[in-house]
Amino acid sequence: MFDHLDPVILARIQFAFTVSFHFIFPSFSIGLASYLAVLEGLWLKTGKSVYLDLFKYWLKIFAVVFAMGVVSGIVMSYQFGTNWSVFSVKTGPILGPLMAYEVLTAFFLEAGFLGVMLFGMSKVGRKLHFAATCMVALGTFISATWILSVNSWMQTPTGFAINANGQFVPAGSWLTIIFNPSFPYRLLHTVIASYLTTSLVVGAVGAWHLLKDRTNPYARKMFSMAMWMAALVAPVQIFAGDLHGLNTLEHQPAKVMAMEGHYQSHPEGAPLILFGIPNSAEQRVDYAIEIPKASSLILKHDLNAPMAGLDTIPDDREPPVGIVFWSFRVMVGLGFAMLGLGLFSLLARSRRALYDWPLLHRLAIVMGPTGFVAVIAGWITTEVGRQPYTVYGQMLTGQSHSPLAAPAVAASLIAFVVVYFAVFGAGTWYLIKLMSQTPHAHEDEPPQTPIRSAGITPAPALDGALAPAE
Amino acid sequence: MINFDLTVIWAFIIAFAVFAYVVMDGFDLGIGILFPFFAVGEERDQAMNSIAPVWDGNETWLVLGGGGLFAAFPLAYGIILPATYPLMIAMLLGLVFRGVAFEFRWRDPGHRALWDVAFTLGSVVAAMAQGMILGAILQGVTVAENVEAGGWAYAGRWLDWLTPFSLLTGLGVVAGYALLGATWLNWKVEGTAQAHAVQLARILGLITLLAMAAVSAATPFLDYAYWHRWFEMPGILLTVPVPLLVMAAGFTFFKSLNAGGERLPFALALGLFLLGFAGLGISIFPYIVPDQITIWDAAAPEQSQIFMLVGTVFIMPVIIAYTIWAYWVFRGKVGTHGYH
Repeated sequence: MFDHLDPVILARIQFAFTVSFHFIFPSFSIGLASYLAVLEGLWLKTGKSVYLDLFKYWLKIFAVVFAMGVVSGIVMSYQFGTNWSVFSVKTGPILGPLMAYEVLTAFFLEAGFLGVMLFGMSKVGRKLHFAATCMVALGTFISATWILSVNSWMQTPTGFAINANGQFVPAGSWLTIIFNPSFPYRLLHTVIASYLTTSLVVGAVGAWHLLKDRTNPYARKMFSMAMWMAALVAPVQIFAGDLHGLNTLEHQPAKVMAMEGHYQSHPEGAPLILFGIPNSAEQRVDYAIEIPKASSLILKHDLNAPMAGLDTIPDDREPPVGIVFWSFRVMVGLGFAMLGLGLFSLLARSRRALYDWPLLHRLAIVMGPTGFVAVIAGWITTEVGRQPYTVYGQMLTGQSHSPLAAPAVAASLIAFVVVYFAVFGAGTWYLIKLMSQTPHAHEDEPPQTPIRSAGITPAPALDGALAPAE
Repeated sequence: MINFDLTVIWAFIIAFAVFAYVVMDGFDLGIGILFPFFAVGEERDQAMNSIAPVWDGNETWLVLGGGGLFAAFPLAYGIILPATYPLMIAMLLGLVFRGVAFEFRWRDPGHRALWDVAFTLGSVVAAMAQGMILGAILQGVTVAENVEAGGWAYAGRWLDWLTPFSLLTGLGVVAGYALLGATWLNWKVEGTAQAHAVQLARILGLITLLAMAAVSAATPFLDYAYWHRWFEMPGILLTVPVPLLVMAAGFTFFKSLNAGGERLPFALALGLFLLGFAGLGISIFPYIVPDQITIWDAAAPEQSQIFMLVGTVFIMPVIIAYTIWAYWVFRGKVGTHGYH
């Protein structure tokens, strides 16, 4: 019954759906793992129980997020082969080793130490447990490094040759491949995004509990930490995003043209289109609100710098303008809103009203989920902006797919949509339930802690808060 | 000739990763398969807790198997995955349900029964799909030369994998995983849960041996004449010991189980898997897509193999070391006390 559908479109929707859903979880767990390491480290350093209780509070949330990230991530590592086998065969010699290194250096590290991090507090000493937490946090970061190198190579491929079978093969140094031109910028931008996303969630949860009880010391501590993070990191992120944009202009100009809505070339300085409705049929942006020459100023640091438009790109090599134009504006708009929240918190702090200003708390709650929206919007911008290529300038999306059968792709797409909304919907509900619980003294550990091991003495030297809850 | 050696080394590394996955996630999935046979409450909680700290690490070997195949043998990855497309998707979705059930059943006591069902169904589907993927590869996949696809590509239809043989291998793997799960529980849990595990292990030991015999008996009817390899020199030198060792392992297994052994039955169940795996190796090597694509046809270029090998040689021992440490931290019986 699906035979009339285009299997390549279905496969693209499937990849977009599964990868977007997946990335929600790591964009939270990368930041949260680091936050947990900081909390546990502060507890070890200061001995203040507030840090330990916050650690346990967020650890339960981390366990759920991490599980969803793992199961949705395994899907990705196989989807390259099921739906994009030609891409896999041809890029395998270059991208395969990078992904293998991700598994070896990151996934095993995370998974190997996760069990101890979640359930091992009463079994190993404090320092060893802290080491396990740090290993998990390090693993999330190493994982991001490799996979962003892979993605960046697809955007800005370097260091390759093409062999007789049409495969991309390494030519020269692997460092050229790994440190391809867009990689440092993408890594910086993505990791900061993850920290920002996490700080917004933590801030929203803190704000929620402050609205209920502004004296709760746990809510105060997490809110304060989160707002420091947002205030410091939001401007850094805007700066990093600008650098990333300039890098994109250098290597993938068509993507920037689509982001800017520049259908036409502007030989005497291009305007910055704030809003408007891209009209690809007529090759113009309708109802545009624009600032003359501002785009040239931002991208070239010169009001009158000429800027090429999509009219210089063959029609069949242009990315879809509408999606890229809008997703870019969503990301940038939210980024400035985050900056606004950070500045508001600094104002509140300077007036000693950080915990007593309900408007700030309400705003922080509203901003809680916006990190995820911005992250996904950013990924849509960069991935759709790479089209019509899978390997930019080298390999077309239309030449990358498997020998696909429309019924198989359609049925699996439906299955993914149903299962993901049901399973991850339930998971999100559990997360919200956990976050709605008031943080308090003597937080529980994750509940399925295997409490007793025959034949060994539980690690001594743990204080009362850490004793097994027998 | 250095490429020859590297390719064989990589074939063994991938085979090691797949085997590590099969036995380690095998007992996790087996516990999922057997979950309905354990009483709600203490029995199930013990069973779940015996693997909660390690399942994630166990599952990572699957990513290494898949990612490693992509890296070391991209052509095989690009043929086998499209050939078994619906099975792959079913496996992935099964693993989604299985994986989240670990957390969700504790987060939502009101729906714990539902997540327990998801745990079992996810485990059964994933195990069945993995077994059927094995069968689909053994029975052969249709490939055709395809210049635009990088040399060769899958050229069959999307349900080619569905045959009585692949159903048989699927059921065999479900039984085998359940055996691993039952023997693991015999080792790690106590009380009535352990008694149930022993009962199940007896039945499953028998079923697993029968399934191994049935799969072996069915292979002569496949298009690709594996039995030529088995019964001609020099293959026969390797083939003859395998069934003899299987019989010896099976005999010792039942004897040890009856004598109240806790670790030995699990070790022997692992041994059965190792022998089955060796049998598969004898049957397939040096092909990676039987009778069509050899490991050398499918291999990534030398630079890629060397680059990965350098890392693997240094990192793999470290991984194995901290994996052993994680198991060591949670050693001994899980225990029945202390739940909230």
